[in-house]
Amino acid sequence: MARFIERHPAWALIVIIAVAVLLWLVFAIWPPGLEAAIGRKRVFLNAVLNGITLGGLYFLVASGFTLIFGLMRNVNLAHGSLYLFGGYIGYAISTWTGSWILSFIVAFIAAALVGVILQLAVFRRMEGQDLRQTMVTIGLSIVFADLMLWVFGGDFYQVQTPSWLIGPVQLPLLTAIKSSGEPVYLQYPLVRLVIFAASVVIGVAMWLALNRTRIGMIVRAGVDDRDILAATGVRIQLVFVLVFALGAGLAGIAGVVGGTFQSLSPGEDTRFLLASLVVVIVGGMGSIPGAALGAVIIGLAEQLGSVYIPTYAIVVTFLIMVVVLALRPQGLLARR
Amino acid sequence: MLKGSLGLIALSSLLFSGTAFAQEKIKVGVTATLEGTYTVLGEDGMRGHQTALNVLGKKIGDKELEFIVASTDATPDSAVRAVRKLIEQDKVQILLSPLSGDEGIAVKNFAKTHPELTFVNAASGAQETTYVDPAPNFFRYNMDGAQWQVGLGKYAYETKGYRKIATVGEDYSFIYTQVFGLVLEFCGAGGQVTNRQWVPLGTKDFASVIAALPDDVDAIYLGLGGADAVNFLNQYQQAGGKAHLMGGSIMIDQTILSSKGSAKNALIGTIAASGQADTWEDPAWQKFVKAYQDSFPENKRFPSPSLLATNYYGSTMALILALRQVNGDLSNNQAKLKDALAKIEIDAPNGKIKLDANRQAIGTNFVTEVVDDGKGALFSKVVKVIPNVNQTLGYDPAVFAKIGLPSRTVPECKKY
Repeated sequence: MARFIERHPAWALIVIIAVAVLLWLVFAIWPPGLEAAIGRKRVFLNAVLNGITLGGLYFLVASGFTLIFGLMRNVNLAHGSLYLFGGYIGYAISTWTGSWILSFIVAFIAAALVGVILQLAVFRRMEGQDLRQTMVTIGLSIVFADLMLWVFGGDFYQVQTPSWLIGPVQLPLLTAIKSSGEPVYLQYPLVRLVIFAASVVIGVAMWLALNRTRIGMIVRAGVDDRDILAATGVRIQLVFVLVFALGAGLAGIAGVVGGTFQSLSPGEDTRFLLASLVVVIVGGMGSIPGAALGAVIIGLAEQLGSVYIPTYAIVVTFLIMVVVLALRPQGLLARR
Repeated sequence: MLKGSLGLIALSSLLFSGTAFAQEKIKVGVTATLEGTYTVLGEDGMRGHQTALNVLGKKIGDKELEFIVASTDATPDSAVRAVRKLIEQDKVQILLSPLSGDEGIAVKNFAKTHPELTFVNAASGAQETTYVDPAPNFFRYNMDGAQWQVGLGKYAYETKGYRKIATVGEDYSFIYTQVFGLVLEFCGAGGQVTNRQWVPLGTKDFASVIAALPDDVDAIYLGLGGADAVNFLNQYQQAGGKAHLMGGSIMIDQTILSSKGSAKNALIGTIAASGQADTWEDPAWQKFVKAYQDSFPENKRFPSPSLLATNYYGSTMALILALRQVNGDLSNNQAKLKDALAKIEIDAPNGKIKLDANRQAIGTNFVTEVVDDGKGALFSKVVKVIPNVNQTLGYDPAVFAKIGLPSRTVPECKKY
């Protein structure tokens, strides 16, 4: 942090000012002039919170993607299919048993199993051959999409939100003060907050596992130099399978999350593959904090864009990607 | 081996069914949105089409109809691609296409490049399709989005007492046309439309759109369909929304009213207008509902046909009846068929339909209100039936032309 300020004083100043403005926008009561210029504070706060919670969902999908890429250097273009598959499994379980929590566990296991099979049957056979892996995973994603269309049809499914999560909660954020002097607090959907909190917990747990445990150490060593790690006697193939299972399982969980606050239908697989590609490119391939940063940036861009410049909202996401690729092609938080 | 036996079967069927082989086929290409946001709409459209075939049969004199289905995703280029494939690869002679608004405009323009073929619109409802530079070989037996909103504005203003409303709609031609019809009538009656929000077709995350809904209005009009509508309602419920709602023709429709989950309950009491009403007591409508229900097992259909099923039924019916009038004669660039199509009046399940000079339907419209049948199923109940709705919505054509074409901002909220 201090080193960053020393090296880039101008950038640091800009960042500090931006953070200060953001904090003021979130916590202060907006003067009437500002409300007239850019709309009500409630709308702004909602868009910011929506962007962050949507970022939570993107993070869940992209973290698995980036983990797999970081360790194995293979771009798994069937990652979106794992997302959709997990979502459908979660839907089936939640309608069958009525349990929302159980649907996460089963979706994680099911998607992780598919991941293990993918790793053993496909990636292991073509280690180090990027182009072949890419082509095969594109092919697989098309096959998976058709299989899922066959089983689940073109209908859209929604995972039922449990009744204790339906409805809004009051947040301690002032949006306005009524003429009677009574403060108006922000109402926000509880389910989104819970899901965001869960993705933060998962993110922190992943960071701890990677940086504080033995297995994490092995994974990090593998990211740096696979061959030397294998030469030291670590059973690298086993590590690969575990990491692949974890990444795929996270995509499965994300599918249930996506099915809860959005919906599941054919085409969602490619949408989330694209989203995670953008997130990972912005954040930096192979970096978990990068995936988190990228996810929040993309989520915010989508939501703020859809409120303030609805016509061009879709462009904003890709504009960010283009700018990052032009100025910092390795991604914002990539080490190399 | 498999190939060999297939060949054998084909050969034997050739030998044993000499008469069937001699029978001439009329090939008809059908498109529906079987992918993307409007999948459910396309599927039910095809059910309506199938119901029409079950009721009317496929025989035209001594010829038989053969249908080839192609899938689209509600984008204009997917529709043109599907239609082109049907014409060039499958050699169809007649098209029953397309389903969605933007597709309709594109297919109408494409129809001009094939003046020898006949195009019967399946269900699309953008105004521009038949109002601006219509194609002489394109026939539409359903009303457009604006016609489908007739009666709603007045009902909202006079009976419900709404004075100020805001609209949320998908950003494409059909919804522009729907909002056009609504705004003309509501503002004409003296109401105000304070805000029009447009979201891209296929939006998943509506949370910010919901947050931006104004709260100083009497009602919010929703012009959404398919997956978008379900996503919106789901997130609206999560956000605890409680405003009065008004609905467009594909928002208040069985495609949404029979979706899974409890989010749809926000729609109970919502007023809407459409080319049909689920609980209409007219015997022809009831007969159609029965035919639809009998054609499919209960878990493979909606409790009652959606607007799309009704439109596909009507257009298939018009085509078959016209073909029978000319005894399947497609000679001379299908001139006789086109003539018959232009003149035919059909007793569609949702009222009498005839075409105007632009080959656009003049039909019956329904103002409805969503009710719960007591067992958790939602239906649209008739409030008012308005016969003989034409494309200029009863306005003098010269005045109507001055309003401009439906778009994000047209028409202005005033009395024309």
